[in-house]
Amino acid sequence: MSDLSVNIAGLLFKNPVTTASGTFGYGDEFREFMDVGRLGGIFVKAVTGKNRDGNAYPRMAETASGMLNSVGLQNKGVDHFCREIYPGIKNLNTHIVVNVSGSTVEEYVEVAGRINELEKIPAIELNISCPNVKFGGMAFGTVTGMATEVTAAVRKVYKKVLMVKLSPNVTSITDLAKAVVDGGADVITLINTLLGMAIDAERQRPILSTITGGLSGPAIKPIALRMVWQVHKAVHTPIIGLGGIMNATDAIEFMLAGASAIQVGTANFIDPAVSLKIVDGIEAYMENHKIKAVTDLVGALRTE
Amino acid sequence: MEVKKLVQDLQVVQSICLNKRHFILELLAPEKFPLILPGQFSQALVKDSPSTFLRRPFSIHSVDYGKNTLRLLIQIKGEGTLHLSRLKEGDSLNLIYPLGNSFSLPNTKDVLLVGGGCGVAPLLFMAQFLNQNNIHPAILLGFRTKEEVSEIDEYSKFGKVMITTEDGTEGEKGRVIDHSIFARQRLDFRKIYCCGPDAMMKAVAKIARMHKTDCEVSLENTMACGFGVCLCCVTPTNKGNERVCVEGPVFNINRLTWT
Repeated sequence: MSDLSVNIAGLLFKNPVTTASGTFGYGDEFREFMDVGRLGGIFVKAVTGKNRDGNAYPRMAETASGMLNSVGLQNKGVDHFCREIYPGIKNLNTHIVVNVSGSTVEEYVEVAGRINELEKIPAIELNISCPNVKFGGMAFGTVTGMATEVTAAVRKVYKKVLMVKLSPNVTSITDLAKAVVDGGADVITLINTLLGMAIDAERQRPILSTITGGLSGPAIKPIALRMVWQVHKAVHTPIIGLGGIMNATDAIEFMLAGASAIQVGTANFIDPAVSLKIVDGIEAYMENHKIKAVTDLVGALRTE
Repeated sequence: MEVKKLVQDLQVVQSICLNKRHFILELLAPEKFPLILPGQFSQALVKDSPSTFLRRPFSIHSVDYGKNTLRLLIQIKGEGTLHLSRLKEGDSLNLIYPLGNSFSLPNTKDVLLVGGGCGVAPLLFMAQFLNQNNIHPAILLGFRTKEEVSEIDEYSKFGKVMITTEDGTEGEKGRVIDHSIFARQRLDFRKIYCCGPDAMMKAVAKIARMHKTDCEVSLENTMACGFGVCLCCVTPTNKGNERVCVEGPVFNINRLTWT
């Protein structure tokens, strides 16, 4: 029997497969398709201080092996989350991690403080990497000083596991990783989407209402793998890897590069039950390769 | 009413070519259908087409519960739909269905269905549904040209069919809103169901408002997932941005912020 469990910053996940924020709603929508309790964890849709309508339609453009989105953190705010969403998801048999977003340090701190009070939420994922909002988001995640500042401010009010999600839209991902570790991050998740754009040549106009958006899907996997590998070598903080994972082989590649767990994102749109197939696929791989504990895969890439 | 969503491989029973740009896929389900309502849609997975990354949404065109088959009316628009047009009898197609809400049952018998282009797809199913509720709607269908006029016999089973073509080669010349039924001072209908390009639906909505006639439209916004998690297909409503794939695709025009 293979041991699929992973301990990340003191939090025990039944397996390393989780779902990425913004691709899994609050988990509810997937209950019609699968037993979400079999997942290692669910990273729910971003929560901000106040209601956000998000960006105007069109928000999506299909691209080669991927897609661009510019949703813009549409959500009903932290009050609504605590009152209306949390009671419905707190007893799902898996870890629920809340993605916390904001436009100012104060907003991040406010939301993190509120989520800290929710007993069944063991961790937050600080989103300093959303490319689709005018203020905040990625602005915090591309300058090392600001990344340290916002992480440290949240660290003061958030007492459980603090994960920070990094943006790939930087020159040196390791500098950003070190910056959030300095701020007190327990876990690093990477990568968020890559800033990109799509053009309709016939109409000579951008496809997205915001002109630019965030690229996800298999198109970004090689970049994500490289960044996981670099960060794994640079810091001793556990990593949750994501970026174009479509199947178990992709997931295993991320673990070999140094991720302790992975998130499935855009693939959920195409096959809503894909995350459980990835759990099964990892188990099959471990049996084939006679690997007893999935943790043996983490950073096990052989480079010599 | 619990409506279950399925992710399922269906078998192609036949592919019917209607004209150069449109075809119908008739698909056999491996088990008994759940309840499917008119206006609901499916998300089809296009295999072996590298440039087609996401599923493609298609309205349910008709359902035969006896034979356990459903039909999709598809317009060839790009690589994905071109690929689907090449499917043959016996091939399989993976669908997520039934998705979204549905047209409501009217509280009047004076019903008009208006469809343009590929937007006619959900209206055949709706016409059949209305018939089962003893309503015989008027059905106004707009096409570009005579060559694209199709399935009139099918629609005629359920109500009186009127046609417009943009070039006047069949029915009345012009677009659906140019049809003479809209030129009268009083509109004979108390309820309109409409599906087609945005510009057409907005024009029909304007006429409906003018006559204080209740009107539902089925939106075709581009989407990634189709089941409510990506938030890409939203439309502004009086409740803020709502998802076309869950709160829609059918919206009463009173809820939309169309002007």
